[in-house]
Amino acid sequence: MSEQALKELGDAIAAKLGGDVLTVEVKLGELMVTVKRPAIVAVLTALRDEPAFRFEQLTDVTAVDFPERVERFEVIYQLLSYTHNRRMRVKLTTDEDTPVPSAVPAYSAANWFEREVWDLYGVFFDGHPDLRRILTDYGFEGHPFRKDFPLTGYVEARYDEDQKRVVYEPVRLTQDFRSFDFLSPWEGMTNVMLPGDEKAALQDGSKTP
Amino acid sequence: MTMTTVSTESATGVVVAGPGGPVGPATKTQIKPYTMNFGPQHPAAHGVLRLVMELNGEVVERCDPHIGLLHRGTEKLIEYKTYVQAVPYFDRLDYVSPMCMEHAYVLGIENLLQIKAPLRAQYIRVLFSEITRILNHILSITTGALDVGAITPALWGFEEREILMEFYERVSGARLHANYFRPGGVAWDLPAGLLDDIWAFTERFPKFMEDLDNLLTDNRIFKQRTVDIGVVTKEQAYDWAFTGPMLRGSGVAWDLRKSQPYEVYDRMDFDVPVGLTGDCWARYLVRMEEMRQSLRIIRQCCKEMPDGPYKIEDRKVSPPPRGEMKRSMEALIHHFKLFTEGFHVPAGETYTAIEAPKGEFGVYLVSDGTNKPYRCKIRAPGFAHLQGLDFMSKGYMLADAVANIASMDIVFGEIDR
Repeated sequence: MSEQALKELGDAIAAKLGGDVLTVEVKLGELMVTVKRPAIVAVLTALRDEPAFRFEQLTDVTAVDFPERVERFEVIYQLLSYTHNRRMRVKLTTDEDTPVPSAVPAYSAANWFEREVWDLYGVFFDGHPDLRRILTDYGFEGHPFRKDFPLTGYVEARYDEDQKRVVYEPVRLTQDFRSFDFLSPWEGMTNVMLPGDEKAALQDGSKTP
Repeated sequence: MTMTTVSTESATGVVVAGPGGPVGPATKTQIKPYTMNFGPQHPAAHGVLRLVMELNGEVVERCDPHIGLLHRGTEKLIEYKTYVQAVPYFDRLDYVSPMCMEHAYVLGIENLLQIKAPLRAQYIRVLFSEITRILNHILSITTGALDVGAITPALWGFEEREILMEFYERVSGARLHANYFRPGGVAWDLPAGLLDDIWAFTERFPKFMEDLDNLLTDNRIFKQRTVDIGVVTKEQAYDWAFTGPMLRGSGVAWDLRKSQPYEVYDRMDFDVPVGLTGDCWARYLVRMEEMRQSLRIIRQCCKEMPDGPYKIEDRKVSPPPRGEMKRSMEALIHHFKLFTEGFHVPAGETYTAIEAPKGEFGVYLVSDGTNKPYRCKIRAPGFAHLQGLDFMSKGYMLADAVANIASMDIVFGEIDR
């Protein structure tokens, strides 16, 4: 799929859906369309049914957490068209409190995908038929894939011999959690010509080794 | 079967005539719909599947899979690892087809880095992807047959799997969790003589396929358990995000190796089998034929395997050879930096999908320009398939739900992630 064809497809989608589309991007050979949150079901339905688009399948729904943003979550829908053999991505943003309209009316497969996003990120889907947790434990609290949720979690489970049942206790680490910061301040220097570098450039014709 | 009744639901059951018939006294039996717990410890559950089923007699009315018993938070763990450190996590997703999972991940990284593996590496990857496909389908078909009552295929099949896992071991040092693919190529070159042994395997394997075929394909019991069971139409397959054999079994000629070829699949000559009926038997037939086609690809790879580097020569991505490290300061620094800090990936996002044995396995990578992925979403085919179990099993008998699970090729490593 050439970039040009994807651009044309993106423009066609923007023209068709008018004000619902915020941005159209083609990067790394992949088309990405950002839409307004309330319009997502209409957008997905149009993308599914319009003969020019025909994205028959919702491959995946996922979210990405950017805690520093006002609307911290990006919800991403991956679409695949079997008729035209192409993929695209639809994106919208939301925060902890704002529900996203559920995509189940457009694609049945959205059911579990959205349950997963709810479970792991706490993005609420409005109109979802069965929004329960899916991957985490029964009675789990919190949304573990958020960036402010620690990797080690808060509780750990063990079987208690006295009570004859599994009990949850706060996590105790025998060794501190280690996270190395490799983002050295020198990284910005890679493209700088330091005094003396011009000699290397002269020798083999290339800029920096 | 080890199943327990959990609770009794409403008493408005179905009334059926008892064995006494019209002649005998009023021997009417009240069958109450009840809720039944299937698993999580059940040999036909293919792992840790817990199904809460509502049954009317023996007919399934609703089944609600409770998953997540194997949830390890792989995607979050990956966010705390460098790109190369995260590769072994992919082996542990779908643990019966490890290298295909790695394949999607390394292709995603390569797309972000805008590099391409050398030709030899691409051939090696395709070769091992197809070995993996056979490895997976043997397990899928034979344990599926086990679930519907045939034990011999499993015993025979695991012998063949052992041979294939030996190839894994020779190339990567591990039988299961290979950790062999790398961004920009593969970890090591093929050991001497391996290609000859793989070729010898391809000459022997059709005999096993024939035996398996004789055991199952026209076996009356096997057909009674699979034909017309769990029928999925084309529209349903689209709607429920089915991929791979689940989609091809329903008559859609779609294979990412053909339609969106990656690596050297566009040079390979192979056919895409398509099922006609969309039932468990069609999916079984598709898998059987896919093994034969994989064999063709393996042979082509063995024949055409080019010489050359097995990983990219770019020292900013792949480590220098050990010998060079002993002599060159530059190589030593590169080695040290790659194995502590890892390489930095330019900011961006990509969704890369491959045709894994179970269906479309995709990796959605978001990079923020550092040495660790900002987000790595794994799109597992089994997750979407298991979701369809409810509509596939509705109205069928309880034992057919087992046949459906078997034909979906469920592996919990990838579903729970």
